[in-house]
Amino acid sequence: MTVESTAARKPRRSSKRTSAVKTTAKTSAKTPQSSEPELVQLLTPEGERLEHPDYSIDLTAEELRGLYRDMVLTRRFDAEATALQRQGELGLWASLLGQEAAQIGSGRALRDDDYVFPTYREHGVAWCRGVDPTNLLGMFRGVNHGGWDPNTNNFHLYTIVIGSQTLHATGYAMGVAKDGADSAVIAYFGDGASSQGDVAESFTFSAVYNAPVVFFCQNNQWAISEPTEKQTRVPLYQRAQGFGFPGVRVDGNDVLACLAVTRSALERARRGEGPTLVEAFTYRMGAHTTSDDPTKYRADEERAAWEAKDPILRLRTYLEKEGAADEAFFTALDEESEALGKRVREAVRAMPDPDPIAIFDNVYADGNPLVDEERAQFAAYQASFADTAEEGK
Amino acid sequence: MAMEKMSIAKALNESLRKALDNDPKVLIMGEDVGKLGGVFRITDGLQKDFGEDRVIDTPLAESGIVGTAIGLALRGYRPVVEIQFDGFVFPAYDQIVTQLAKMHARALGKIKLPVVIRIPYGGGIGAVEHHSESPEALFAHVAGLKVVSPSNASDAYWMMQQAVQSDDPIIFFEPKRRYWDKGEVETDTIPGPLHKASVARTGTDLTLVAYGPMVKVCLEAAAAAQEEGKSIEVLDLRSMSPIDFDAIQTSVEKTGRLVVVHEAPVFYGSGAEIAARITERCFYHLEAPVLRVGGYHAPYPPARLEDEYLPGLDRVLDAVDRSLAY
Ligand SMILES: Cc1ncc(C[n+]2csc(CCOP(=O)(O)OP(=O)(O)O)c2C)c(N)n1
Repeated sequence: MTVESTAARKPRRSSKRTSAVKTTAKTSAKTPQSSEPELVQLLTPEGERLEHPDYSIDLTAEELRGLYRDMVLTRRFDAEATALQRQGELGLWASLLGQEAAQIGSGRALRDDDYVFPTYREHGVAWCRGVDPTNLLGMFRGVNHGGWDPNTNNFHLYTIVIGSQTLHATGYAMGVAKDGADSAVIAYFGDGASSQGDVAESFTFSAVYNAPVVFFCQNNQWAISEPTEKQTRVPLYQRAQGFGFPGVRVDGNDVLACLAVTRSALERARRGEGPTLVEAFTYRMGAHTTSDDPTKYRADEERAAWEAKDPILRLRTYLEKEGAADEAFFTALDEESEALGKRVREAVRAMPDPDPIAIFDNVYADGNPLVDEERAQFAAYQASFADTAEEGK
Repeated sequence: MAMEKMSIAKALNESLRKALDNDPKVLIMGEDVGKLGGVFRITDGLQKDFGEDRVIDTPLAESGIVGTAIGLALRGYRPVVEIQFDGFVFPAYDQIVTQLAKMHARALGKIKLPVVIRIPYGGGIGAVEHHSESPEALFAHVAGLKVVSPSNASDAYWMMQQAVQSDDPIIFFEPKRRYWDKGEVETDTIPGPLHKASVARTGTDLTLVAYGPMVKVCLEAAAAAQEEGKSIEVLDLRSMSPIDFDAIQTSVEKTGRLVVVHEAPVFYGSGAEIAARITERCFYHLEAPVLRVGGYHAPYPPARLEDEYLPGLDRVLDAVDRSLAY
């Protein structure tokens, strides 16, 4: 196959290249996976509607407006969280800017009884699941390690350790199949995560046990500073073939295509036909997290090129062209967006620090004498300061 | 003599640079170590100067990083790998524990595994889950590995040189919240062997033993105790495996009291090992039981509670008082 041979013949990089940023941009343009082969697209960056033989979709104007609203509000929430981090209210934030279509499209393809295993960036999917966005902020503020009950919305906790959740999703899906249920499971992960052993193992298990799981890889082109070419030499969606299930690449900035492709993969899972790998080809427009400095490794022009493919703008163009939304809709949405920002801001500022004794909460389901002993010692130690403070008065 | 003031981060960077310069077999490997220079910039500028063949951005796969480093070492290279944060070493734990640690013995000593695994560790930087842990005991427990942690710039500089030159696998824990602390580094003369403890402060009433991030806390505690007329000796262990028990013994025979301080949970921690050995060695010199100060038997808490979790001045002084009260 040409893909492999190109990779093999690629000249070794010389250490003398000085313009780091340029090198990245140039090299990635040459690599196979970024030449955008055959991605499923239903809505072009210019807002033109396309048809696809395998993934046709017919949405009402109301449904289209709904997807638009989801993306706008998710972006607003994300921007607010980024701002709150800058103001010192959050310790860290992992922005989804640019990935709204991938998340809303796939998220809206889910049924209530499906189960989601996210990474740490799936704020849009959480939104689709009905998780209150303010719940997502606790772990980034540093007041908890999760902040929601996964079973309320069938939305598992965020996972920081890269790739781990894909195995949990697979196991959960194996359980679903054993139970004879017809729901499906979806696991989110990044292009960087595709290198982890856990992800390869989840592919193996899901294929062998025919688990009803959809692997949704958001290839946002970067794993912190490393371009996708540092993770793989073949387009990611093609990995699935070697494990014995289908892989498909979708335009990750096209919410309609993401919805259609994910829906189809979920239905396949429900029919008992096993896993699918969906690679949403998209772009992380901001920094990896608020601690990251993308100027060290990536060119401004690259972001500019992707901005032209903005998922929200293209749907807006389409809505306007089709007359599916009027000025009143957009104005009302602006207001809703402002209100969401305000609500999030206020909720975060009001979020109290936990009681220190919470360190010892929920360490074990059945309790543990050592934890009890340490908790008592801790409480006594804390109380000794209260006494000193009293005496000091 | 070349004396320079630099941060621990800079000292590590300079040390790695020197190691790459001195020996063409030395390699740096890890996630984001190239253009970004690592998330803490410890490898900043190294790829620019030594090239992508020597400072290697790896796929995001810790087992892969350590497993291939083992292979490179078998082929005569000296890989220095970076694990991005403490909590992410576990995908590689299998390779480290089942392979790296044991190969030299299995090969009747005929092969060497000169692999350094650098791990920024410990809390105090307000990070999210898995970014603040102190898993040193899990490695120290494994025969075949050596485990060290510098507490100041000079040690960072020299211990890294020594680790790279060592033919044994070394788990090199870097106290991430001290990266920006500055100190004098004498870049010409090696101060002492890798596994020797150093006396960070002399005293006569009680010995505090610490390593890595807690040395500074213990020095502050000793200074505070001084104001109350107590003379505290502070020992910087530098190496958690092997442990310089002779140095601790010498100090305890002088002071008669020992408190061990670390961030890691106390339960089954390195303090337990030190307490047991020193009790064996110094039973008749001890005026009080060896006390331990450290983390709890609970997951490392969310950032807003880490000040309560991490041993600070007060908790160390509290243990000092309890020891002196015997
Ligand atoms: C096992 C593990 N190793 C390293 C890290 C540090 N880390 C956090 S995010 C990240 C990059 C992830 O890239 P990708 O999987 O492409 O997802 P993205 O963040 O781009 O969505 C790294 C290396 C981690 N969290 N877990």
